[in-house]
Amino acid sequence: METSHSNRETILNAIRSNLPKVPVEHPGIRTFQRPAGDLKAMFEQRLKEAGGAAHDLGSVPEAESKIILLHPDATVICSVVPEIAGTRRAENVRDPHELADVDVGVVRAQFGVAESGAVWVTQEDLVVDALGFLSQHLIVLLDPKQIVSDMHAAYRRVRLHETAFGCFMMGPSATADVEATLVHGAQGARSLNLFFL
Amino acid sequence: MAKQVNPAAAAELFILQDQIHEPMHDRFLWATMQRRHAEAGAMPEWEELREIASKIKEHTLTHLDHYLEEFEANATKRGAHVHWALDASDHNQIVYSILQDHGVTELIKSKSMLQEECQMTPFLQQRGIKVIESDLGERIQQLDGQPPSHIVFPCIHKTRKDVAQLFARTIGTDPNNEDPHFLTEEMRNNARPRFLSAGAGMTGGNFAIAETGTFMVCTNEGNADIGAAVPPLHIASIGIEKMIPRVEDMGVFLRLLARSAEGAPLTQYSSHFTGPRKGGELHIVLVDNGRSRRLGMPDFWHSLKCIRCGACMNTCPVYRRSGGLAYGATYSGPIGVILDPTFDEFKYSELPFHSSLCGSCTEVCPVKIDISDQILKWRRVMAAKGYLPLVKKLSFAVAGHIFAHPAEYHVVEKTTEPAMSYAPHFLLYNRTLNPWVRDRELPQPAKKTFREWYLANRSKHGNVTQ
Repeated sequence: METSHSNRETILNAIRSNLPKVPVEHPGIRTFQRPAGDLKAMFEQRLKEAGGAAHDLGSVPEAESKIILLHPDATVICSVVPEIAGTRRAENVRDPHELADVDVGVVRAQFGVAESGAVWVTQEDLVVDALGFLSQHLIVLLDPKQIVSDMHAAYRRVRLHETAFGCFMMGPSATADVEATLVHGAQGARSLNLFFL
Repeated sequence: MAKQVNPAAAAELFILQDQIHEPMHDRFLWATMQRRHAEAGAMPEWEELREIASKIKEHTLTHLDHYLEEFEANATKRGAHVHWALDASDHNQIVYSILQDHGVTELIKSKSMLQEECQMTPFLQQRGIKVIESDLGERIQQLDGQPPSHIVFPCIHKTRKDVAQLFARTIGTDPNNEDPHFLTEEMRNNARPRFLSAGAGMTGGNFAIAETGTFMVCTNEGNADIGAAVPPLHIASIGIEKMIPRVEDMGVFLRLLARSAEGAPLTQYSSHFTGPRKGGELHIVLVDNGRSRRLGMPDFWHSLKCIRCGACMNTCPVYRRSGGLAYGATYSGPIGVILDPTFDEFKYSELPFHSSLCGSCTEVCPVKIDISDQILKWRRVMAAKGYLPLVKKLSFAVAGHIFAHPAEYHVVEKTTEPAMSYAPHFLLYNRTLNPWVRDRELPQPAKKTFREWYLANRSKHGNVTQ
């Protein structure tokens, strides 16, 4: 950017001449010991507090009927996971605007975080980023063995240099902007049901 | 020269408007603080994390040129366009040019205090760009023609009735339906078509990771994500102080941020953008706007560590009673008191006095900014520049003399009205000069001075000389 090039030098030079006299060392981050505990139970509890719900499902047919039970009126179910067919495949979507009418999005998360109930999903998991946010409701599949204890462990697993988009998603969309009253489904998903599968 | 803002007078308007707004505001923010304390208390390493976060920020700021270059190189490598803005007008001009290049006339934006600071929305609107806020609270404030009153809860000073009436007036809802679920649903349905028709989405950035060229955005509504995922163009405005060195460091900051802000382990969405999404275009505007100058202020550069959680506001007894709009500035509350004067010392010269110096802000700050010490230092700056308001000049003239002469201090301390006699009573209780007293009683002076009590009860154990 021609116009910004001199700005860049101006800003960097201003920073260099104003740097505090004593440079501070990076403190390093030690490993924090976690009390032994059931990560899955902790994850489920936190997910519930975040407005989501977890379900133990033994098989794909069970998962399919659970989706219908949870969302009986859904007409557009857009899935990106091989297990669940849905009514539309995100792989065929060319433009995110095509997802505006999705009732239920079905995705698989890479792992969950016990201390928050959040799951990690990337652009590759969503196929189209917008699926995670335009869908009225979300179904998230998670392998119960893939739960890490805390955000330190979580950031050791993410590979930010390999994906343009990655999100820790903790339950559905929420707001408390009107009189501090919690409401789910502010702009993004109205509900998030997590299937251990 | 800009007019001085008068926070005490504005706070008075907030307090005296009725018996509803100010107690509600106070109650909500205090409840948020209680949730923060519960989360912090449940984590054994909380205090250690604060210390680590503080040191990582200090490390980054003392090597800021290096980390900015590293961030730029990595973001560029991933296909993002990186721009550098010297100041607010530069930022706005850069954003406008990008929008013009893409023929964008409608923009959907998520919350960004930096874009507020730059006054970007009026700039773009004057040039024919339609700008819609997508965060519910920000949209409420936009429809009401007000800036956000809190950096995390933009319309926390409004009642549900205020919102119902505003929506009735602006988007045609039933004025008698004050249910927050209804109001939120109405705005969801109002915003949805705008997300779909916008030519660009704008976000801010909570953190920028030098190691990977990633920036991240935290929201609860998912509005930033829709704005980034649906329109073909994403523009992010990021203050140069938002750098952090490595991906691993994020674990520390995300564990602190939402717990401090709202007493939750995370925000609902913590999104990481590394280069443009598939089929999209990404522009990052790195903004200085006084930050490099602040870095050179020995007393005040630590304010650049701020991660904008708002805990200092929620805990502040003055903020909770004043409402954020009383500060008349982009940043309100204790962090605003120390940030705003770096933009305009005269205009914001009253802010450092809008504090009880109780120190609670310093205690809760997740990155250990010495906020209350900085407030005191700003008072000294204002005094040295002669910006003290009249009532304080007169009071301090008396107090200053007495504090400077310990013998006289003890004499004054012993008189019948000790605590209050440093400042003449007619000044403290003059309603025109000091609006704070109109609905406040100053505490009764103690019968015994602290010194008398201390000498009687403790001096034999200590080393106080009489």
